[in-house]
Amino acid sequence: MLYRETGQFKSTYSADMGIFPLRQDRNALFVLLAFAFIGVPLLAHFHVWPFGSEYLLRAILLPFLILSMAAIGVNILIGYCGQISLGSGAFMAIGAYMAYKFGTGMPEIGLPPLPVLVSILLGGVCSALVGILFGIPSLRIKGLYLAVATLAAQFFFDWVFLRVAWFTNYAPSGSVSAPELNVFGWVVNEPLERYLLCLTFVTVFALIAKNLVRGNIGRQWMAIRDMDIAAELMGIRPFFAKLSAFAVSSFIVGVAGALWAFVYLGAWEPLAFSIDRSLQLLFMVIIGGLGSILGSFLGAGFILIVPIMLNLVPSELGVPLSTETISHLEFIIFGSLICFLLIKEPHGFARLVTLMKEKLRLWPFPY
Amino acid sequence: MTALSIAIPGGIGAILAGLMFTLLRGDRKSAIDLAVHIFLAVVMAVFLAFLAAKAIDNPGGFLEILVGGLLSGVLYSLVALGFVLIFKASGVFNYAQGAMVLVAGLALVRSLDFLTASGVATVVAVPLAILFSGAVMALCAFVIEKWVLRPLLNQDGLTLFMSTIGATFVLEGLAQMVFGSEVYPLKLFPTDPMILLESVFPGGILVNKLDVWGGVIAGVLVAALALFFQYTKTGRALRAVADDHAAAQSVGIPISWIWFIVWLVAGIVALVAATVWGTKLGIQFSIVFLALKALPVLIIGGFTSVPGAIVGGLIVGAGEKLAELYIGELIGGGIEYWFAYVLALAVLLVRPQGLFGEKIIERI
Repeated sequence: MLYRETGQFKSTYSADMGIFPLRQDRNALFVLLAFAFIGVPLLAHFHVWPFGSEYLLRAILLPFLILSMAAIGVNILIGYCGQISLGSGAFMAIGAYMAYKFGTGMPEIGLPPLPVLVSILLGGVCSALVGILFGIPSLRIKGLYLAVATLAAQFFFDWVFLRVAWFTNYAPSGSVSAPELNVFGWVVNEPLERYLLCLTFVTVFALIAKNLVRGNIGRQWMAIRDMDIAAELMGIRPFFAKLSAFAVSSFIVGVAGALWAFVYLGAWEPLAFSIDRSLQLLFMVIIGGLGSILGSFLGAGFILIVPIMLNLVPSELGVPLSTETISHLEFIIFGSLICFLLIKEPHGFARLVTLMKEKLRLWPFPY
Repeated sequence: MTALSIAIPGGIGAILAGLMFTLLRGDRKSAIDLAVHIFLAVVMAVFLAFLAAKAIDNPGGFLEILVGGLLSGVLYSLVALGFVLIFKASGVFNYAQGAMVLVAGLALVRSLDFLTASGVATVVAVPLAILFSGAVMALCAFVIEKWVLRPLLNQDGLTLFMSTIGATFVLEGLAQMVFGSEVYPLKLFPTDPMILLESVFPGGILVNKLDVWGGVIAGVLVAALALFFQYTKTGRALRAVADDHAAAQSVGIPISWIWFIVWLVAGIVALVAATVWGTKLGIQFSIVFLALKALPVLIIGGFTSVPGAIVGGLIVGAGEKLAELYIGELIGGGIEYWFAYVLALAVLLVRPQGLFGEKIIERI
């Protein structure tokens, strides 16, 4: 009754090809965006629970937004192009460290410190270049073999950022801190400002990603994913399609890495981008749904929030458990939850949303 | 360096480069492939020539590192072996192998501690503890097969892989909760060093007895596995399943039973790895990272080949020790951390199926 296409006639091709052909979907998105951009700041300003607490913005919404963006990047590579990557953490690290280098300047080649926004994007570009380099093996190998090849990137860059002092501006502790976040004269400092900056990035990149995967290049990626030999016979160049997927994916992941370091962490060391981060991103796209932008958000939310909840529940309930036991329990529950979800819905949350929409179209008279 | 020590390795390197080039010409496809091959051949030749030069300079020291590296590679081989068994039989890329080593090790060391503390003689306690940890591994195999793999039958490889990561979390959490999460020393084998070939080289070659024990045990294990696969009914069924699931099922082989067996065998291999590794460094959480080290070993040896896992482990073990010592000093140490992966990457570019793997043939 509420959600169906009855009476919505398309009179132009562009209306027919819109991202959200249904008016209800469009409206829902506008409401969501309005809430995220205007509602949350207002609620936070007037200290309405739960938005009044800094904790929610700083420890949940901020990482959620940034990791969603990284998950979109990973989803482009794995979900749309079918190239499994376990090196996403490394690409985040490249984005972060190169953005740091651009942001603090490179006197060796006479480069002055660049504005923060430019450095973040340039960090993404560097990450894209390395992504192309490590994507070359994908022309010959695929599947889990490729996953191991991308692991090489992960371990190699872990080592590089730990050992090559140039990347950390010769900081003796190996830990670096981000330059001042000055966006066109607006100094981003408060959690709310950080949230808005990340939200803008995520909105823009999600829109770009959604349009890329709907367009020519996205169709090429999907053809490669479904069967690369057949795609090649149909005239799709695997070389271009695979490497472009690696480039776009690593670019988005790299920008997300730069945001993670600059906006969320502030000061960081290579450990922030270890193999665990790569696996976390992989979980997000699998649990959220391969080949779905919406799924990236759902997966990121789930993977991020469940451990926080698991951590909070015992202390809230007043169960006397040592922190060690809680962390072990967290492992056990999280692991079994993942197995359970994979068994019950191997196509992720995105599939559940699709099914729900199908049901909703027939509601309340399903016959 | 004398002229000789430059000339000989230079010659060896050139020959190797030429050899590799001709070997690879057969299946080259494009100019990029060719360029990659030549580049890799040159890099490899330079690396080998460099090693050869070092070897000629100080043969005793070189051999010592080589033997030490090979013997520590045995451990990688053992973990990789568990991977290969499961991958062959069920097509599952088992990330949980490292966690299984941890579970086996913890079960062994804790039950051993318990038994000795309650006054059981060591001669009795050790077999009992081994039996107990074997039973724990059987339980793991049963649970994983029943609750993770069977419901995921016919899903694609990535989903199965992710489910084994989920299983890894559960195993890690459970094992540490039940058995504790500290470093537990294990003393099953002698760990004192011994000196070999003293008459040949000045000072001889220093080898740890434990490493030798590890090598012997791995050899025995592989022989036992080979016999098991070759001559028992279950072994034949295992090989049939590895060859073709559907065909094996159609002649009446119970697939889920076979999968249980295969996970059990992998668990026992993990137990053996845990005894050697635990004696070396104590049973501790960091053992799970062994699984990550075993991945490049698999790539180098081939996912489906048992001899490949052994040889791959030896290559990685020796290669990373030599590289750490001789190249690490040039570019700042710690390259042990990624050397195996970069080596695997190089192998992937030249022989995607690994040194011993079957050639991957694709049909539309």
